[in-house]
This record gives sequence, C-alpha cells and structure tokens, in this order.
Amino acid sequence: MSALPKTTSASSSGAPAVSAWARFVRNPPRVAFSFSLLLLVIGSFININFISPNYLLQQLQVGAFFGIIAAGVMLVVLLGHIDLSVPWTVTTGGMMATFAAGVWGPAWAIPVGVACGLLVGLINGLGVAYLRIPSMIFTLGMNAVLQGLMVLQTGGFAPQDKATPLMQVLATQRTFGLPNAVLVWAAVSIVVMLMLKYTSFGRYIYAIGNREGAAYLSGIPTRAVLVGCFTLCGVLSAFGGVLIAGYSSNAYQAMGDPYLLPAIAAVVLGGTNILGGRGTFVGTIAGVILIVLLQSMLAVLQMPEAGRQIIYGTVIVVMLLIYGRGAREAG
Amino acid sequence: MQKDWSIHLRQNALPLVALGVFAVMFSIFLHEHPRAINANIMTTASNKAVLLALVAMAQTLPVITRGLDLSVGMVMILSCCVSSVLVNGTPLGVAFGVVCVLATGLAAGALNAALVVLGRLQPIIATLATSAVYFGIALLVRPAPGGEVSEGLSDALTRTLFGVVPTTLVVLAGVVAVVWIPLRRSLIGRGCYAAGSAEGAAYLSGVNIKRSKFVAYTLAGLLASIAGLLLSLISLSGEASAPQANLYTLNSIAAVVIGGTSLYGGAGGMIGSIIGAFVLRTIGDLLFVFDAPALWQPLFEGFILLAAVSLGALRVLRIRNRLELFG
Repeated sequence: MSALPKTTSASSSGAPAVSAWARFVRNPPRVAFSFSLLLLVIGSFININFISPNYLLQQLQVGAFFGIIAAGVMLVVLLGHIDLSVPWTVTTGGMMATFAAGVWGPAWAIPVGVACGLLVGLINGLGVAYLRIPSMIFTLGMNAVLQGLMVLQTGGFAPQDKATPLMQVLATQRTFGLPNAVLVWAAVSIVVMLMLKYTSFGRYIYAIGNREGAAYLSGIPTRAVLVGCFTLCGVLSAFGGVLIAGYSSNAYQAMGDPYLLPAIAAVVLGGTNILGGRGTFVGTIAGVILIVLLQSMLAVLQMPEAGRQIIYGTVIVVMLLIYGRGAREAG
Repeated sequence: MQKDWSIHLRQNALPLVALGVFAVMFSIFLHEHPRAINANIMTTASNKAVLLALVAMAQTLPVITRGLDLSVGMVMILSCCVSSVLVNGTPLGVAFGVVCVLATGLAAGALNAALVVLGRLQPIIATLATSAVYFGIALLVRPAPGGEVSEGLSDALTRTLFGVVPTTLVVLAGVVAVVWIPLRRSLIGRGCYAAGSAEGAAYLSGVNIKRSKFVAYTLAGLLASIAGLLLSLISLSGEASAPQANLYTLNSIAAVVIGGTSLYGGAGGMIGSIIGAFVLRTIGDLLFVFDAPALWQPLFEGFILLAAVSLGALRVLRIRNRLELFG
C-alpha cells in the first residue's frame, strides 16, 4: 500500500485525503509488527537481555506451538466459525501420542496423536457443515466429550506419558542454531500461506467467510470446505499438543487450556475478521509474535499474575479499538 | 383467540420441550434418590441450579441481540471475590457490601457494553479481553482463596423459606419479576429482539439499538454479579479461579441454547435459559443417583451436552430450500 506513488494516494477524485495514521491502522499486520517492535525497544530498556538473539529465539520457540495452533484457529475463523474444542484437542493430541508410544512403540506417537486430531476435526466439521449446528456450541460439546474421554483414558489405567525422543527433538533441539519448533512453525506457516493464497481451496475459504450462500450458488462445495478447515484445525491443534508434550517431556491433563484464548486473540489482532472472510496469514504470525512478546515482557517485568492479566486484556482491547472496529451503523 | 394460542405455543415450543425433559429427569432423580425427599435435597439441588440459571439469564440478553458475553463467568467470580471481602460484619456493613458487589457487576457490564456499543468491537473478542482484565482484578481483590462472608445473610438466602421452599428459588423468581418481566415488555427489551433479528431494519425503523444493546450487556453484568453474590453465600468464601469462571461461561451458553434461545439472535428468553440451566444441572445429579462411575461422569456429561445441542439439527430436516441453510 505504502509503495503506491504519491499521485494516486492523493488522487483528485474528490475523496478526502487519508491521513498517514488512518492508512497505517488500516493495515493490522503492520500495526501488530510495529507494536511488537515497540515492545522490543521498551523491553531492551528494562533489561538489555530482552533483545539478545538467544532470548528472542527462546521466546519464538515457545511461540511456535502457539503459532501452529493459531494457524488452525485462523482457518476456522476465516470461515466465520470458531473452534472451542481446541484446548482438549491439544491435550488429546499430546496424550494419545505418548499413549501410543507406550503401547505400540515410539514410531507411532506422532501419527496417532495427529490422527486423533484429524478425527476430532472431522467430527466437528461434519457437525457444523451437515447438521448445521452453530460451531460455537458444537465444538463446545466436543470439548466436553474429549475431556471426558481423556479423564477416562488416564484414570482407567496408568498409561505411559513420557514424550518420545523424536517429539523432544522436534520441540526442544536446535538445527543450525534455530529451534526445531520454529522451523516446524515456519514450514506449517508457508504451507498454510500458499494454500490460502494460491489454491482454490484457500480462495473458497474467503468466499465462504464472506457469504456462504453466494459461495454455494457459485458452485463451491461449501460443506466439503467447512469439513476440510475444521479437520485441518483439529490436525494442527493436535500436532501443537504433540510438540507441547515433547517440550515439557510429558503429556498431562488440561495442557491445552492456556492456548485457546491467546490463539483467538492473536488471530484477531493480526487483522482477521472474527466474522470471517477477511484476514491475512502474515497478520496471524504478527499477532502471535505480538502476544508472545507481550507475555514475555510481562514475565521480565516480574509482574504478578493479577497485573499481567489486566495489562494483557487492556492491550488487546486498545489494539482492537485502534483497528478492529466494526462499521459505523447497522444496515 | 385460538390462533393466538397456537402462535404462542409454537414460539415457545423449545422451552416447553426443555421443561418436559427437565420434569422427567427431575422426577427420575427424586425417585431414584437413595434417601427420602426432604428439604435438604431440594435446597442443595436448587442452590446449584439457581447459580447456573442466573449466569444463563445474564448470557441470554447479549445472545438475543445477536452478540455473546464470554465474560459472564468471570464477572461472577469477580463479584464472588468482592463479596468474600466486603459482605461481612455489621448488618450495615453487609448491606454496603452487597451494594458494592452489585455495583461491581454493573460496572463490568457497562464496560463491556461501552466496548461493544460505543467501541464497535466484536462482542466475542471484546468480552474475551475484558474477562482477562476482570480475572486480574479478582486476583487483586482475593490473591488467595478464602475470605469471610456474612453467615446471617447466607442462612437467610441459601436455606429454605417456611421449611419447604428453597430460598434460592424465591430469589430467582424475584430476579425474574424485577428484571426480566419489565424488560421484556419495555421498549428497550423489544429493541434487543429487534437488534438481534434484523439490526439494519430496526435501525432504519428508528429503534434505538445502541440503547438496547447497552442495557443488554450492562444487565448481563448485573445478573452475573447476583450469581457471584449467591456463590459466595453458598461457599462462604471466594476464590479467583479461572477454570471455574470458564466452566460457568461455557455452561451458560449451553443452557441458553437448550432453553431455546437462538445463537443467531432475535428469539428466545430468560425463562427458557432458566429451564436449560435446570436441565444441565439435573444431568449431573442423575449421574450421581445412578452411581455412574466417577471416571465416566465427565464423558457422560459431554455426550449429553453434545446430544442436547445436536437436537438443533432437526431444523435441517424441515428445510426445503437449501439456501435457507446459510441464513
């Protein structure tokens, strides 16, 4: 946008000149990135270690799990839906992976964990696309069912809950100085970004998010796309869970609980419309980085939990007030 | 006249079905209960159900305007924490504390309302963010679980009236009479329904949508704080617990849906939500009396919740034109 020559931005078509600020806030990813930079600058004043490459890479490593989950959440949000089953899909992914490793051997860990996420996402998708139950309430019920299943699974008998070496390598080791988790996140990001931009599936997602009826009349198999997106969200959530289990070297109950709300916040802060149809994947990456930096900044400040929550909520509200506002009047 | 009746019946079909389900489930519960029915059993059941019913009532108003309030559970927990600090001591102190608790809820609701109506933020994400703020404040108010709540007020509000009627039920009826019935008949209440079913048309017809929405979110905060006050009276303490808050928020959405209020706005009401909350609570009680293995309980509850909301899928069978699906 900013690359446009001056003559077009101040065109003589009679439209009032748009101020630099207004143009700035119309680009949420840029706002999110700028705010991240601002956090880095402030952080460096508090503690110079805040901008040391090693510390930043550590933060990115933690952010990677969350970024992978946010990628899945974004696909569903782009459709105008929401997936509230993310917390226990993450947990199911992690727990089933370690369980499978204990029963059938380490090679089964990641495939089984991801397959469970696929199944969960598939059921979510079928419920939303074919039964037409509002996604918020269907995935909520799914979340409760998954929680019940996992309680049963760990309570009935004691499973192996240790992460396999491969999971730990993926989540904690580094390759060429870069954390593997970040590389995995980058790979997932590139695939999702290319999919959204260059495949018909990706374009269908935006079309459905804008107006499903119109998309359907244009011949788009809207149900299949809905099922596909929910399935991808389940897969990515479960994969995130597998990595988190690898990071903390075991899987545990409710390990996915802290990830849903920040993931939704990151997606929205990155400029994706919560009602669907609009948003870029770069924005989601910006949102994830922003939230990770914000969280680590509050940790560096040794802010007590209460202050952290208040600042965290306030920052999200303020960012949204800057650029996340709806149209002025109804109709 | 007869036509009137059939219209009313059709409009309230979902809450009536839910009421039937509740009646059946509750009779089974009473029949299977290991001990004879007495006021204690009823009071315990009523206390638990009324807590959820109040939160579900809070959730109903924003849902009717085609919004959502993800902070109701947290406002409830925040109010409970405030109550565990202030509602004790002399009768005057207790009264002052109660006023403060309700004011907390009103203020929290008004903040949500301001962000949604004046700030024009999406309700889901705005209330998500404010609930983090309210959790922070709750932690400030009550860093560690505990506190002291007036036992006199607790005895007065959480036991039975004349030894028969659980007092919480009377409180619930009072809240319905004071808040819901007048609102339902007022211009503001009608505006909430209008905003939910066709915001653009309502705006063009001169309905004051902003005022209606503002009242909806503010009252949601107030109702959630009444639930928080009751919670503190029942548990005689307060705890800033995020999982508990989330549980209440999620269950409130489920109760609203079971009670026949559409998540797409414009239809439903608080009475339905109350019935929905009673149904949800009775499920847990039934599992208890049937001695369901403790480990299976969360799974049962999940399945029943999923099945209950899946009943909404019956709508799909009635649709003739597939385009209606995307409404």
